[in-house]
Amino acid sequence: MTNWTDICALTDIPRLGSRVVKTDTMNIAVFRTADDAVFAMKDECPHKKGPLSQGIVHGHAVTCPLHNWKFDLASGEAMGPDEGCTNTFPAKVDGSRVLIDFSGLIEQAA
Amino acid sequence: MKHRLVMVGNGMAGVRTLEELLKSAPDQYEITVFGAEPYPNYNRIMLSPVLASDKTVEDIILNDDAWYADHGITLHKGKTITAIDRVHRQVIADDGTVAEYDRLILATGSNPFIIPVPGHQLPGVIGFRDIADVDAMLAASKQYKHAVVIGGGLLGLEAANGLKKQGMDVTVVHLLDTLMERQLDKPAAALLKASLEEKGLKFEMSASTESILGDERVTGLRFTDGREIPADLVVMAVGIRPNIALAKAAGIHCERGIVVNDTMQTFDPRIWAVGECVQHRNQCYGLVAPLFEQAKVAANHLCEHGVARYEGSVTSTKLKVTGIDLFSAGEFNEQDGDETLVLQDPSQGMYKKLVLRDNRVKGAVMYGDTMDGSWYFQLLREGTDVSAFRKTILFGQHDLGDAGHGDSSKQVMALSDDAEICGCNGVCKGEIVDAIVKKGLFTLDDVRAHTKASSSCGSCTGLVEALLASTVGEGYGPAPSKKPMCKCTDHSHDDVITGIKRHQLKTMQSVRDFFEWQTPDGCATCRPALNYYLLANWPAEYNDDAQSRFINERAHGNIQKDGTYSVVPRMFGGLCTANDLRAIADVSDKYQVPEMKVTGGQRIDLFGVKKEDLPLMWKDLSDAGFVSGHAYGKALRTVKTCAGSNWCRFGTQNSTGLGVKLEQLTWGSWMPHKFKLAVSGCPRNCAEATIKDFGVVCVDSGYELHVGGNGGIKVRVTDLLTRVATEEEVLEFTGAFIQLYRLDAHYLERTAPWVERRGLAFVKEQILDNAERRRQLYEDFKFSQTFAQIDPWKARADGAEAHEFTTLKIA
Ligand code: SRM
Ligand SMILES: Cc1cc2nc3c(=O)[nH]c(=O)nc-3n(C[C@H](O)[C@H](O)[C@H](O)COP(=O)(O)OP(=O)(O)OC[C@H]3O[C@@H](n4cnc5c(N)ncnc54)[C@H](O)[C@@H]3O)c2cc1C
Ligand code: SF4
Ligand code: FES
Repeated sequence: MTNWTDICALTDIPRLGSRVVKTDTMNIAVFRTADDAVFAMKDECPHKKGPLSQGIVHGHAVTCPLHNWKFDLASGEAMGPDEGCTNTFPAKVDGSRVLIDFSGLIEQAA
Repeated sequence: MKHRLVMVGNGMAGVRTLEELLKSAPDQYEITVFGAEPYPNYNRIMLSPVLASDKTVEDIILNDDAWYADHGITLHKGKTITAIDRVHRQVIADDGTVAEYDRLILATGSNPFIIPVPGHQLPGVIGFRDIADVDAMLAASKQYKHAVVIGGGLLGLEAANGLKKQGMDVTVVHLLDTLMERQLDKPAAALLKASLEEKGLKFEMSASTESILGDERVTGLRFTDGREIPADLVVMAVGIRPNIALAKAAGIHCERGIVVNDTMQTFDPRIWAVGECVQHRNQCYGLVAPLFEQAKVAANHLCEHGVARYEGSVTSTKLKVTGIDLFSAGEFNEQDGDETLVLQDPSQGMYKKLVLRDNRVKGAVMYGDTMDGSWYFQLLREGTDVSAFRKTILFGQHDLGDAGHGDSSKQVMALSDDAEICGCNGVCKGEIVDAIVKKGLFTLDDVRAHTKASSSCGSCTGLVEALLASTVGEGYGPAPSKKPMCKCTDHSHDDVITGIKRHQLKTMQSVRDFFEWQTPDGCATCRPALNYYLLANWPAEYNDDAQSRFINERAHGNIQKDGTYSVVPRMFGGLCTANDLRAIADVSDKYQVPEMKVTGGQRIDLFGVKKEDLPLMWKDLSDAGFVSGHAYGKALRTVKTCAGSNWCRFGTQNSTGLGVKLEQLTWGSWMPHKFKLAVSGCPRNCAEATIKDFGVVCVDSGYELHVGGNGGIKVRVTDLLTRVATEEEVLEFTGAFIQLYRLDAHYLERTAPWVERRGLAFVKEQILDNAERRRQLYEDFKFSQTFAQIDPWKARADGAEAHEFTTLKIA
């Protein structure tokens, strides 16, 4: 069962950029790529908790601003030599709006 | 039908001749080679390192069997030519093989001279010439203890060193009282002897051998004074004799060697000769550099260009014993009327001597510090008049302004293009740099393959590596230049910089299209670089792309490890007022800044500010008159100043005021990397101007301008660019230097490595010697500043890029 929440307009996120959604339990980074796909993941690098939302977005990946680890936006997995994974959340564009499914977050909190 | 070319002797000079020939006329001849040794051509020079176990036989093969096959050369290994039949134009080998020739090359090298004392034919008495000799020495070292080397010259000492390293007890017997008397004068020879003794070698000086003792194998040695020493192995290294027996038997005119003219032809015009077997203008040579010159000339005539002449060579020598630096060249024993310059530091084991005649270098001997050997050798060969720099000549070529961070890359960059780097192969700096740049070479092996530099004795390897490093930038480090920018492209920073200018590429997409990027939108490495290059080249047209900047520059503060940011307002020249300090104190209270600190750049840092507070804080600071300090940017950072003539009893100029003017001129400018300035009021240099990217030191008559300093990871003291008289000139030079750096350097390359890579000469040529170019650069800089000096903090306080600083709320 998915449970989509409307977050913002697609244009609220710059292309190849991101925004941060604050929730009670954690910050969630929402990324928009050059091809207007959107992705959501926990805004915390598994390395030393760097805010991934502040990294440079390229292709379907983001580079952590603190020590340059690279993460696949779809899976949340570190790419290349580094190892680690951050939680991802389903995200999609519906018309001009960005929707995220936070049900995973609620389960986690529970 | 092709002409038939036959070569006797498969050694260094001969095969080099073939290489030169194949370069210009690959198909002219059907080539056949005879070599007495059972190996393809190898680097005979490197037998010493093989003996010392620093290298293996495989390492020293120069042309493997495949090379001969690829070039269609028929190679007869292990066959000795025993006769030349000049009438039927054929050569005959010991196994009966016959080969006919239209042209013949004799490259038979030389034989070690064996002193005919009683016992010289005993097993265990050998020369030091080929792989077989080295094998014999290595075998003996496993079985026996005592080795005696007769001959304290270059070869003898290298043999002795190698045998010592194999664990033998080694005595060097030398007829004279100085070692290497043909290459060294007495003081240098004494230093050499001392260091070899330290390595455990024993010496019998002024000693002459009466006989070699033993029945089945050598057991000892008797001197003419009757003393005897034990010996299980005797290596004779007392000299070489050109190998002329074959030529002589064929009726070719020989004296000490096979006599040739300036085209390397013997008295039989179908027969050429090169290498150690040759006598030219009454000289025989025993080092590869002259032989390779001969090879070039012979090849030039064999391929019928017919223009080259060999006119003899001056040689220089180095000893290949690890840990011993020794260099000599020319006539180093002075004659009447010569002048001698000597620099000596016995405690450092350093000795340098130059012999001058009519203010020209005639000879050089160096021990301990041989860095400038190639420079002296160049002065010697070119007969340069040295009166202008006689006073400092012994300190080397690079005595100027180098505060003890002697690094060879800097020195090698200062050499002129025609300075010889590789003495063996006669390769000059210009050729090497050219090959590196044009052929995109990265490794020592590439350079060896393309230029031959460092491929023979290897003693110039350090210089070649330094040239590589300074030409391709930090070739091995993080900011390479000829390497691809990143994994998205095969093109280098230089390619991209040139392409952007030449093809008027003005958007990131057009650059990626033009250079066929392999990713749709680049990566975290190339995007910031491209964004910078476009901004620097098209200040009026290009729209800065925030998403291609690192977070610090996107958020205009340094990100901290907890995700908060720091705020450093600009304080021009480090000056501030009570009101300034009050305003900073107020924002600190208002936004509960956890920590404040005075930075190393003469201003105040507010740490730990939450991202969403940044625009609010900036608004307050902006209202109080502050602009961003760009402490986060690849940009103009600080202009450090001292008290100067306003207050200081030593101040010669208003260094503080000038610093403020400089900061007003330059703030806001984006750079390849961060950029720091300083102005000191007198040479006491309290503002540390000589470790800044651009430093001004005030003096009574005006201003010294220094460039390319760095106080960071690797300290580099600036180079003096020039002296000027007025503040206006200081501003012009500063702007011009910055603009040159902005347009020429690679992204993330600071001025220190940039100046080292490009050379101070380049900087001087652009902004010192060419006043027109300097003014143009200065104008271009000021033009680009009209777009850059818009305070990013105020813009964001007024609402720009608001999304960057606000979070989303779930509806
Ligand atoms: C704040 C300050 C230290 C201080 O409290 O004094 C500082 C702080 C940092 N320096 Fe620095 N440097 C500071 C003066 C210096 C100086 C001294 C100077 O400028 O006189 C140097 C040596 C001089 C020089 O640059 O040649 C210096 C050499 C470096 C280097 C090494 C640069 C190099 O070329 O080797 C780095 C690393 C880099 O840039 O890649 C660095 C990098 C950094 C960074 C930006 C590290 C980073 O990437 O996050 C630090 C940010 C701390 C933060 O979270 O805010 N900092 N740094 C100084 C700010 C000066 C200012 O007012 O803007
Ligand atoms: C241990 C050692 C260290 C050295 N170190 C240096 C140094 O640091 N710097 C430097 O510049 N020089 C050095 N040299 C000298 C340098 O190696 C020689 O100058 C160079 O190799 C001479 O080249 P060549 O072609 O004239 O003779 P070689 O390289 O000796 O080649 C001659 C070849 O011809 C073959 N040959 C002879 N007669 C016949 C025949 N009738 N039929 C078939 N084949 C025949 C020989 O077997 C030999 O292989 C060193 C030499 C030695 C031995
Ligand atoms: S640099 Fe010279 S003038 Fe300036 S403060 Fe130091 S001593 Fe005084
Ligand atoms: S915190 Fe992300 S790479 Fe170190």
